Amino acid sequence: MKILVCISHVPDTTSKINFTDSDTKFDTNGVQFVINPNDEFGLTRAMWFKEQQGATVDIINVGGPETEPTLRKALAIGADNAIRVNTEAKDGFQVAKEIAHVAKDGNYDLIIAGRESIDYNGGMVPGIVAQLLKANFINTCVDLKVEGNTATAIREIDGGKETLTADLPLVIGGQKGLVQENELKIPNMRGIMMARQKPLNVVEPQGAQAFSNAEKFEKPAPKGAVKLVDKDNLDELINLLHNEAKVI
Amino acid sequence: MSVLVYTESENGKYKKAALEAASYAKGVADKMGTEVTAISFNMSSHDDLKTYGVSKVLNVANEKLSKFNAEAYADAIAQAAKKEATKVVILGQTANDKYLAPLLAGLLEAGYASNAVALPESTSPFQVKRTAFSNKAFNITSISTDIKIVGVSKNAYGLKENPTELTAEEFSPELSGEDFSVNVNAVDKATDKVTIADAEIVVSGGRGLKGPENWELVENLAEVLGAATACSKPVSDMGWRPHSEHVGQTGKPVASNLYIAIGISGAIQHLAGVSASKTKVVINNDPEAPFFKAADYGIVGDAFEVVPKLTEKLKEFKANNS
Repeated sequence: MKILVCISHVPDTTSKINFTDSDTKFDTNGVQFVINPNDEFGLTRAMWFKEQQGATVDIINVGGPETEPTLRKALAIGADNAIRVNTEAKDGFQVAKEIAHVAKDGNYDLIIAGRESIDYNGGMVPGIVAQLLKANFINTCVDLKVEGNTATAIREIDGGKETLTADLPLVIGGQKGLVQENELKIPNMRGIMMARQKPLNVVEPQGAQAFSNAEKFEKPAPKGAVKLVDKDNLDELINLLHNEAKVI
Repeated sequence: MSVLVYTESENGKYKKAALEAASYAKGVADKMGTEVTAISFNMSSHDDLKTYGVSKVLNVANEKLSKFNAEAYADAIAQAAKKEATKVVILGQTANDKYLAPLLAGLLEAGYASNAVALPESTSPFQVKRTAFSNKAFNITSISTDIKIVGVSKNAYGLKENPTELTAEEFSPELSGEDFSVNVNAVDKATDKVTIADAEIVVSGGRGLKGPENWELVENLAEVLGAATACSKPVSDMGWRPHSEHVGQTGKPVASNLYIAIGISGAIQHLAGVSASKTKVVINNDPEAPFFKAADYGIVGDAFEVVPKLTEKLKEFKANNS
């Protein structure tokens, strides 16, 4: 089984978000970048397929040279080969087209991407990749098994779960649940050393166009101070929720 | 030229998210000087659509589509968009909407803006405000394709009544075998529980509750309020609660009217995930907990003492106000 895991390079979840250039660019100053958490759950599941079923695992990122440390980390976790498409994409559509272009030649059985990146939250890359490759697609995937040519997946729906089956090739939008938090792998020294030797191929983009663009950013308006209610005066809280906030 | 809205239904009823999407579509149509067409699957009564500004509904009556199927639904919606010469397609942001939207974008070669929170600031060029960085910021996104797809966040634009005359048409898209290559074998959905996605009120517990055996506190309060229950990330990581209840940046987002956080300190990732909620209440014995900076109302006190009292008082309040 050949697996491709799509890796987005995103600010760490604890990052404070600021903008520069008249609020047109994300301010990377002092920001720690990591593997997109939704992708990391997928990558770890891919490692499971590697260990249990002898899969080979390639990773792909669409981005500039600054994303390479993130790719090296994914290699240290255990991926076999990395591919970086050397372009700064403007939207998920452009990313998806570049990934699909590479994936077409790679004949992958399974492509795993996060359900969304935690920076732009576009939520479109896995679905569009599937559409472009005419592969099957299952989103918000929380469990995945493959037997022969058939995948069985569990998808999270609003208020429950659905079990689905589909033939390979398959693209999934992954998230927490594919593996548990405590199953995520922290690269060890041997992994880090080996990652340095693994191939990281830089390929030039095919020139796909974006269909949308983030023109400007805004931060949420500052919040008013909290109204503290005495713990022995809960009637006051109920009064505020009923008459002021009008939510009960 | 109409604005097309996909109106999702469940058990013969339009979902609230669908009616919010219809309200939003009407707002977009008014800006563009056109009308709203809805597409629905296997629905017999469309009265709700009439209330929220829909002028025409294309109903697909097809046994094979009685269960949600992302590929087939996306194909049908794409065909409806072409038939109507639609320039803008609107949908909500339920799990199903988020599943089919990128497939639809691929079929229509349309730019897609998810998580929209307001009407487009302009329709030519098409620019819309959406959340980004997991609710820590907004961005104004422009879409340059001929057809645009917008996913409207829950509880952001809201429901806007706009009574209209509605005509209903049957619509029979041509579906191929490939549309049905992903099979749904089983659905496991609790029907007696309010889901985090649909809930108006969410009651959430954190590490301050000390252990899964104390979750009665959260559950009792939620029951009185008709609320969904949720939890913080450490609580789901420790296995006290299923991770489907984990709300926050890597869990589920919450956009309820009221969010009550019990024993949750308020890590930045958690606050981002719940920031779209309209009113936030925090109950915590640590007055320095970061959640107090993000909340509207706060009680400094021991959850084990405050929550049962609050539950009792709300019971009385509900009894007197119903």
